[in-house]
Amino acid sequence: MKSAWVMKGMIGFYIFLFFAYLFGPLIVMSITAFNTPNYPQAYPFESFTLDWFVKLWNDRNMMEGLQNSIIIGIGVIAISVPAGLAASIIMSQIYHRARGLFYLVTISPLLTPGVIIGISTVIFWKDVMGVTDITKAIFYKGIILAVLGQSSFISAYCLLIFMARLTRFDRAQEEAALDLGASYPQVFWHILLPFLKPAVVSAVVIGFLSSFENYNTTTFAILADKTLVTVLAGQVRQGTTPALSALAVIIISISLIGAITYEVLKRREQARADAAQRRAKVAERAEVEAAPLPAPSSA
Amino acid sequence: MSSRLVVLFVPFVIIAIFWWMARREAKLRHDPTHKSYFERNGMVLGIAFIALVALWSLFLVVMPYLYMVVESFHPTLRPVERGGPNDVLTIAQYKSFFETAAGVNRVHISAFVFSILASIAVTALNFAICYPLAFYMAQSGTPQKVRLLMLALIVPYWVNEILRAFSLRLLLATKGLINNVLVAAGLIDSPIDFLGINVGLYVGLSYAYLLVMIFPLYNAIESLDKNQIEAARDLGAPWWRIHKDVVIPYAKPGIASGCTMVFMLAAGSLAAPQFLGGPRTLWFTSVIYDFFFQNFNWARGSAYAFILLAACIALVMLMLRLFKVSLGETIK
Repeated sequence: MKSAWVMKGMIGFYIFLFFAYLFGPLIVMSITAFNTPNYPQAYPFESFTLDWFVKLWNDRNMMEGLQNSIIIGIGVIAISVPAGLAASIIMSQIYHRARGLFYLVTISPLLTPGVIIGISTVIFWKDVMGVTDITKAIFYKGIILAVLGQSSFISAYCLLIFMARLTRFDRAQEEAALDLGASYPQVFWHILLPFLKPAVVSAVVIGFLSSFENYNTTTFAILADKTLVTVLAGQVRQGTTPALSALAVIIISISLIGAITYEVLKRREQARADAAQRRAKVAERAEVEAAPLPAPSSA
Repeated sequence: MSSRLVVLFVPFVIIAIFWWMARREAKLRHDPTHKSYFERNGMVLGIAFIALVALWSLFLVVMPYLYMVVESFHPTLRPVERGGPNDVLTIAQYKSFFETAAGVNRVHISAFVFSILASIAVTALNFAICYPLAFYMAQSGTPQKVRLLMLALIVPYWVNEILRAFSLRLLLATKGLINNVLVAAGLIDSPIDFLGINVGLYVGLSYAYLLVMIFPLYNAIESLDKNQIEAARDLGAPWWRIHKDVVIPYAKPGIASGCTMVFMLAAGSLAAPQFLGGPRTLWFTSVIYDFFFQNFNWARGSAYAFILLAACIALVMLMLRLFKVSLGETIK
């Protein structure tokens, strides 16, 4: 009995250490955002200030980077989600023997270092877009290259998300729709796509976040333009300012709000499902008690 | 230019391979109920699906990679000379990795070896850190607790890589929190240069890829039947033998997948070495980065990138072979 307590204590201590490692740096960074010294320091804490948030707001580079990041994120979603969806459907229909090769090709960007994806994107598209001066002037831009480079691996994330959902698709639904006279395209639009809706939502969210955060690929593909992350990298390289901590505080707050909202919604949904089940049980029992003899036909 | 044009034919080759495979398959099984692809999806959707996938897999994946490889077999030229008489195929870029005019290219080879070894070390470290938590979450946690832990794991990863590296720098720098506290407590007289001795680099890499390790482990261990562990325990196995003989063999694909991902990401990482590495530490991706942005030597940068990719893939394959895991199981 005693050893079980020791074990429990040790596991608790280990989990505490793990999360201290995970959250410690972020908490320290958040504290430095509110401290006055020019060098971001958490200890000694001199006095409380919100100046760093004002500085951040006035940083033109950062704001321009943010804008570009959002544009790139939307572009990446516009390519990756349809591409991932199409690939997952082809994956489910493709001839058995070809599937392995197809899988390898589509998944390979996930196993390739992001640096290499960025480099190959720039080298390839520079020559393709540079065929004429006009196409070069129109298309050879950091934002476009960043969208192309990031889409190559974010499409693979989307593919995995859709594949995971598709394995739970009940083929009987499709068959029922076909028996009732639906055409195959109708099955896609009215049965399959609604079924995949949660996967579409998570593909959009994950796609946007990974595009927004990406550094390795973007730093090559972005050329002379900037995204929020490349601006940040430039500032960290030059030195450190608590304005960066202030940005981190904003991102962490948004994430926490998102996470808490998600958790609350999930709990509420769970509670609703539980309540419905309880009601169903009560109703069933009432019915059974009202009719002690087995009913000849239950409606 | 002509050698580069070869890449443009690749899509046709790949499409031909798939078409040939489809024909063969169709011939092999005579299934009258089988509907062809266009019958199943309709013309419009069918074409749209194929176009999207071809656009992605050919123009965003296969062709850029091959183009980079072709580029790496070209000499370093000024833009005007491209396509001219000097633009021939050569292995000079690869040679320059091994030897310079002054003899063996010690700087780049040691950067390469250091990156690979450090990535292996980080992979092992992350496995050791993540395994206990993954096991706890998968086998003994209540569902509610597990969901909360998952959420707590994911939230820090919404903060981007650069800011995470920055936060570690605030802790580990000579003027950072840990040194300030240690000095104030009188434990040390002068600050320790954690970044200079690469503590920052290892911590940064490990911190960046914790999540990548923990989820594959969790997924693999979660499907293990609890009764197997009970049975081993009833038969008198000590805890370490339960892990060694029951859990780890069962979770091997998950372990392989987590380790592969962490290793590849660490070897290809750019942010942690740039912001947390010591001043004398040279990471291989930083070498590549400099070829692109300081020397504008794309051909050599491509050659180095390809060396990195080939070495990583070879190492991963070797490891998978050693631990007898198939690649298919790993990337599930």
